[in-house]
Amino acid sequence: MSATASAIAGPQVLAQGAQGTIDVPAIQYSALSPILIVFGVALAGVLVDAFVPAKARRVIQPLLAAAGFVAAFVAVVLLHARRQVLAAGALAIDGPTLFLEGAILLFALLAVLLVAERRLDSSGGAIVASAAITPGSPGATAQRSSAEVQTEAYPLMAFSAAGMLLFVSSNTLLIMFVALEILSLPLYLLTGLARRRRLLSQEAAMKYFLLGAFSSAFFIYGLAFVYGYAGSVNLGRIADAAGTVGANDTYLYLGMALLGIGLFFKIGAVPFHSWTPDVYQGAPTPITAFMAAGTKVAAFGALLRLFYVSFGGLRWDWRPIVWIIAILTMVVGAVLALTQRDIKRMLAYSAIAHAGFLLTGLAAANSDGLSGSLFYLVAYGFTTIAAFGLVTLVRTGDGEASDLSQWQGLGRRSPVLAGIFAFLLLALAGIPLTSGFTGKFAVFEAAIAGDATPLVVVALVTSAIAAFFYVRVIVLMFFQEPGADGPIIVTRPTLTYAAVGIGAVVTLLLGVAPQPLLDLAGTAATSGFVR
Amino acid sequence: MNSFPWLTLLLIIPAAAAVVVAVVPRRLGTLAKQITLAVTLVEFVLALLATIAYEPARAGFQFAQKYSWIKQFGISYSVGADGISLVLILLATLLVPIVVLASWDEVDAASPDGTPVVGRRSVPAFFALLLALEAGMVGVFAATDVFLFYVFFEAMLIPMYFLIGSYGPVKEQAQRSYAAVKFLLYSLLGGLLMLAAVIGLYVVSADQLGTGTFDFATLRQLDITPGVQKLLFLGFFVAFAIKAPLFPFHTWLPDAGAQSPTGGAILLVGVLDKVGTFGLIRYCIPLFPEASSYFAPMVLALAVIGIFYGALLAIGQRDMKRLVAYTSLAHFGFIAMGTFALTSQAGTGAVLYMVNHGLSTGLLFLVVGFLVARRGSRDVGAYRGMAQVTPTLAGVFLIAGLSSLALPGLNSFVSEFLVLAGTFTRYRALAIVATVGIVLAAIYILYLYQRTMTGPLVSEDARGVLDLSVREKIVVAPVVALIIALGIYPKPLIDIVRPTVTATFEDAGHTDPAPTAPVNASQTGGHS
Repeated sequence: MSATASAIAGPQVLAQGAQGTIDVPAIQYSALSPILIVFGVALAGVLVDAFVPAKARRVIQPLLAAAGFVAAFVAVVLLHARRQVLAAGALAIDGPTLFLEGAILLFALLAVLLVAERRLDSSGGAIVASAAITPGSPGATAQRSSAEVQTEAYPLMAFSAAGMLLFVSSNTLLIMFVALEILSLPLYLLTGLARRRRLLSQEAAMKYFLLGAFSSAFFIYGLAFVYGYAGSVNLGRIADAAGTVGANDTYLYLGMALLGIGLFFKIGAVPFHSWTPDVYQGAPTPITAFMAAGTKVAAFGALLRLFYVSFGGLRWDWRPIVWIIAILTMVVGAVLALTQRDIKRMLAYSAIAHAGFLLTGLAAANSDGLSGSLFYLVAYGFTTIAAFGLVTLVRTGDGEASDLSQWQGLGRRSPVLAGIFAFLLLALAGIPLTSGFTGKFAVFEAAIAGDATPLVVVALVTSAIAAFFYVRVIVLMFFQEPGADGPIIVTRPTLTYAAVGIGAVVTLLLGVAPQPLLDLAGTAATSGFVR
Repeated sequence: MNSFPWLTLLLIIPAAAAVVVAVVPRRLGTLAKQITLAVTLVEFVLALLATIAYEPARAGFQFAQKYSWIKQFGISYSVGADGISLVLILLATLLVPIVVLASWDEVDAASPDGTPVVGRRSVPAFFALLLALEAGMVGVFAATDVFLFYVFFEAMLIPMYFLIGSYGPVKEQAQRSYAAVKFLLYSLLGGLLMLAAVIGLYVVSADQLGTGTFDFATLRQLDITPGVQKLLFLGFFVAFAIKAPLFPFHTWLPDAGAQSPTGGAILLVGVLDKVGTFGLIRYCIPLFPEASSYFAPMVLALAVIGIFYGALLAIGQRDMKRLVAYTSLAHFGFIAMGTFALTSQAGTGAVLYMVNHGLSTGLLFLVVGFLVARRGSRDVGAYRGMAQVTPTLAGVFLIAGLSSLALPGLNSFVSEFLVLAGTFTRYRALAIVATVGIVLAAIYILYLYQRTMTGPLVSEDARGVLDLSVREKIVVAPVVALIIALGIYPKPLIDIVRPTVTATFEDAGHTDPAPTAPVNASQTGGHS
């Protein structure tokens, strides 16, 4: 308990120098530039929202956000060789961090394209301000003609993206918790802002918020236990403390379990997945795309860092648990996806199953598992953004045609669109020559090399089950006649086309010529996490 | 000519043509057909030239090419041909132009009773799928990198899946969707189990060699412990047993066979299923020699069950396409038996059987397809006495049937004899039991012929059914000619196949049993 007492002033974190004085940590701003740029853009976005006229905002906000993400991505590229711990041990810049930051920024950029699309819905974009106003009421009409139209989605997305960047680079549990909140809070809000089916959206936001708050509580409770055990929130110090014998291990295991729950919630692993289908369905689809790709990458990055750095020495203790969670996640995700009637819910359960496949990479607990997971995250992110982007294109008079029966015969009406969606589904199913296959191959190879063969066999059987519901959509689209009230395909939503196109092309490229990205992931993983 | 990139060319041509044909506008259906026919004919000529350039006496893979593809996992684009893969490539490239010509009107035609098809299906897309399938078939036989093989193995499911689901019988939407999904899921499940074994093989190679590889020739040299061998063998075997299919993994085949368009059924049973039997002899036996010996009795038992089960069910079928599919199950039993008897004679017979089965079953499906195109029903009851109005068709039907039941003088006899004689030298009882299967073959074929072709005409309106058109005659002529030619003079084919098969078994340590009673053996051979 003496450690706890002395740490109240936070000496381990801040004061390493002379007695009695507090050294201001030297911060290398250049190494932090990606995070700082995105935060800056988010703040600028708030100011733009406050002072620029509504019409101009519609153009300025997406451009600002996109420019910010591009600039931050350039910064990541320039930093590619950096390996160091920053800000008195609070942040770490290393291979995996930079790799994941780059991925998050690219996904955010694609998501901005989807959010900025205004041609799909005659009454504006997919996101509406003051969502509580009933559609069709006088209030809604007034809202549409008013100059007070809000474009807060862009700064919110930028804040969330900044939180994600911070999440994957945090080197202490406290920063990790702060980042978790920064990335989650804007997402809770964004989830409730859907223009269509508002009640569903607001209910989803409420659920997401409540369950998210619970999981954050688990995380911080775990943080407290681990701090109590190790006397530090620094990931590297926790690892050192865990390596010594004698201390009260119960705190450590309890803390590890609770931290794990917080993070497993974010990646949507079973049994902490129950928010996923509701939130994915209720959120405005462009936000779902952002969330599905971005949050998964960020949370998985944090999970990998925590389990490899802090609890790397305990892998024999956590591996069985990860095995069980991975198996549960894969099986529950795949089996429940079979019963879905809504395309967004189906993709949500598919996201759960993919979290399970990703966990096999964690269960491998070796360097190949790390690089495989990194590759998988990028591959999955692009495919899933393109898939959700495509969902926004298939509409009926009152919004997206998210019920599966409305997709019947799409292949006859718009073969190119249906063809691309079929391709994306095959990629999610893991058919060779798509990125999904390369990703699965990479993590499964690592898992077998890491003596997790039974897990891989389960994963492969689950893949076959999962293939069934992907294929079922293809059957609907291509093998059945279109219904009378089929979906409308809106002409020329350029931005959405661009996002879907980029996602699909990357999905193909990573299947046919994955070597460059595999090299990148391999380099990132072999250089490992700095401590 | 051995440095000429035959195989790469054979791969690229249909793949590129598939892309071209896919973007042909719907209304230019005829153009799509013409391009496809021209390309597939060129493809066949190329395959023929490659066969002439092939030197059977030389060991190892010929026309080999190797380029690194995914360095991280030691995956390369590497292709090469041996006697076994070469004859199967030849079979595939021969059947595709025949299928193209046979399917000429199938997609855009009105339904048999004259009403136009609702929701017309895209003609260019159909032919693009055929070309994509051809590229996949060439690739799967030519690959000498296990990973590349797996990629083609899975990738070619997709065009076949769309061929069944989109172009199966127009009016049976639910059934063809069901058949397509069943086909895909069975194959995927098998493929995924094989993937586990493929990765396992890679990990073993990484342990033994330092760096992992998927190169087939290198993997053959590995010394895998028997326990691991058995597991890996099962991974591959189940995939191939589903693909081939062997009893009890066969239930997708009758559905897929019945719901495919004629061309799809020919390629499915004629070539795609051969990937399974090809995999057994190319991958299972050389990579896992001890496990092959260990599991041989089990495989042989399944094979013999398949011979009888397939034949008995075929006798009971009324749907002609299902019937042909079940006869194939029996034939695949013979092929598996020949492969796992582990003698060079039976092995040669098995490979020959693959080619001959492709021809005879292909012809059967063609004839059945012609009949269905005329009367719109797959039920045998709709066809009694057709020989009176369609004598040429009946003649071709009879030749196809006789080839299928392995009448001496026709192609299948040679292979069936080699399989039985080769099996006899090691498993006498089994060979004798399997011989009974030939009798059942005679029953299902002759019974089918009798019910559809002989007797009084089924109804007066059948009087107007036309005999084979010129196009249809051109379609069947080469197959009929080959069936007879290979029955009389199979030597060129055997010369190509035998050295590879012998080498395969010898490398795996399976020597032919010494003839213990040479007098008896020669007598048996003489009497059969």
